Amino acid sequence: MEYVISVLLSGISVGGQYALIAIGYTLVYGILRLINFAHGDVFMVAGLMGIYFTAVLPISLSLPLVILLTVLLGFTIERVAYKPLRDAPRMSVMISAIGVSYLLQNTATYVTGGQPMTYPTIPFLSGTVNVAGTQTKWVVILTPVLVLTLVVLLSLLINRTKVGMAMRAVSKDFETSRLMGIRINSVISVTFIIGSALAAVGSVLFFTNYPAITPMAGAMPGLKAFVAAVFGGIGSIPGAVIGAFIIGICETIIKGLPSSWDVSVFSDAFTFALLILILVFKPQGLFGEAATDKV
Amino acid sequence: MKRIIAVMLTGIMTLSLAACSSAGSAAPAGGGASSEGDVIRIGVFEPSTGDSASGGKKEILGMQYANSETPTVEAGGKTYKVELVYADNGSSADKAPSAASELVGKDVSLVLGSYGSGVSMAGGPKFEEAGLAAIGVTCTNPNVTAGNDYYFRICFLDNFQADVLANFAIEKFSAKKAYCLGENGNEYDQGLVAFFTQVFEAAGGEVISDSFPTNNSDFTSYLNKAKSEGADVIFTPVSIAYAKQIMEQAASLDIGIPFLGSDTLDDNMVLEATKDTNLQLFVSTFYQEGGSETFDKGIKDYINNNSDALTANGGNDTISAVTAMGYDAYYVALEAIKAAGSGDKSAIKGAIPSVKWDGVSGSIAFDEVGDAVRDTAYIKTADTSTGTWAFEKVQTGSGK
Repeated sequence: MEYVISVLLSGISVGGQYALIAIGYTLVYGILRLINFAHGDVFMVAGLMGIYFTAVLPISLSLPLVILLTVLLGFTIERVAYKPLRDAPRMSVMISAIGVSYLLQNTATYVTGGQPMTYPTIPFLSGTVNVAGTQTKWVVILTPVLVLTLVVLLSLLINRTKVGMAMRAVSKDFETSRLMGIRINSVISVTFIIGSALAAVGSVLFFTNYPAITPMAGAMPGLKAFVAAVFGGIGSIPGAVIGAFIIGICETIIKGLPSSWDVSVFSDAFTFALLILILVFKPQGLFGEAATDKV
Repeated sequence: MKRIIAVMLTGIMTLSLAACSSAGSAAPAGGGASSEGDVIRIGVFEPSTGDSASGGKKEILGMQYANSETPTVEAGGKTYKVELVYADNGSSADKAPSAASELVGKDVSLVLGSYGSGVSMAGGPKFEEAGLAAIGVTCTNPNVTAGNDYYFRICFLDNFQADVLANFAIEKFSAKKAYCLGENGNEYDQGLVAFFTQVFEAAGGEVISDSFPTNNSDFTSYLNKAKSEGADVIFTPVSIAYAKQIMEQAASLDIGIPFLGSDTLDDNMVLEATKDTNLQLFVSTFYQEGGSETFDKGIKDYINNNSDALTANGGNDTISAVTAMGYDAYYVALEAIKAAGSGDKSAIKGAIPSVKWDGVSGSIAFDEVGDAVRDTAYIKTADTSTGTWAFEKVQTGSGK
């Protein structure tokens, strides 16, 4: 029983961290129809900034600074690498995104020397707590709560504010909303800002839990978050969150199955098999809208 | 306007490419000439990026220190200057062959390295094709030298190491049940787990083993499983980056089961992760600080007086076993050059099997496969209150 609880706990926290990254993917896709491959690496860079800032500044100052600079990074990437390609074929933007991803990874390799860096312990979050007989970190308990709060805030922003209305309009029809006087560029910037801020929060939670950062640390979580976004229906925020929790929980359950069954090694394979299955049988995902081609 | 810029850019790129290729072709030509003269190049085939970067850099440190101590070698009545030539194999079996070819192209006389068996096995065929001898420093998988006539090594093998650790588990903890965790597809990890299982089961114990996927970061499920299965020891022969994460996560889970590690876990970064926790970690290794006082003092001075070396060593002057091994490897290479009487690579290859050297990590001689003859390993344990390694015992294998 204790064991089952411990597996579920790590599943929920892993899922919550994927969810924060997945929202970034799904928002950008919803608006630009672009899969922002650099998103996972923005997450990794946020983690590295966390290490470097906490080394010189108190935590209360460095964490807001990390979020601010990650937002700035996301904003700059969009302005420099995606905006000039706004009218280019979608494939060009995608390739540009892959380029940014490699640039970030290699810059990180250059700066860190390729060695794994240790994320600082953050008071309280790193503290341990006892849940029904299993010991775990506070961050594990707090992650799902924080994720749900952020999702509620985000839905309020999208459904109740003017910016949100503009975002919905742009995602429905890019050209028409431009004709209706919506400033497309600022809407897109807002999208990247929100996505990057969530990735920065995600990086604090993720790396407090798994404190080693290598330049490739963003690749795997980024890829899984992308699968979660597709699984939940890319473009849909609740879909991305639910998809992320399902993937996180299934993955830890598979890892936790008895070794004699010899299946624990397939935890990653499962995630990607799920991607193939959903694309074959329900391409729009769990909550996505079926695409209708306008003639 | 745009067209003019485009043409100019193309021009600049072409020019820079041309510059690269001319520089590239000039260097090996010059190198070829000088190796006939008074310089002998030793290739250093080590990871300075990737999962094993931390280990690779420390191994290089030992070679650099040895090189600063003895920068020349006398062979065939001539004094040669010894130059270290580096190639980064990126800790990855995909990049290793191209790093190996890079060294072949730079006209080195022999190669030292690598840290990590997987990369050594991936690079080995390139050295064999080029007729270049390689001396493995701490690559412990039997398949590095088996089937490759040109690969030698100065460290003990994994079957010996696993044997030592299994015996240690049985003698020290009266362990009946062991949980083994290794990276999926990593030859080093899987080899050790397999050898450990063999010995442990032969002694009447029970082994449960799991493999985690590459780039995995959540180890809590595995650790909780080990606990719920009632394992007496956990054996984790994994790379440094993973070992560090496993230690950190085990500390937060209050796991209470002793960990056994292979030579890779003998690293400052892993040690740091156990500081101020109640973890018990035991590792088998090649060298323990205090083994040779002159070497300890010399390398500490070298590290403390050189900021690059200090960073490579993880910011302190704790001596890693791989540094001592890198130091010994350099001297074995010098002995081979002396015996060959020149920097000629085939003469050196022929000379290596007969080389004998009393290094800081013990005496080194080669058997017919090209492996070092070794019969003891040091077991050390992490002192969690001071954050240092403490010597546990000298352990021999079951002698099977």
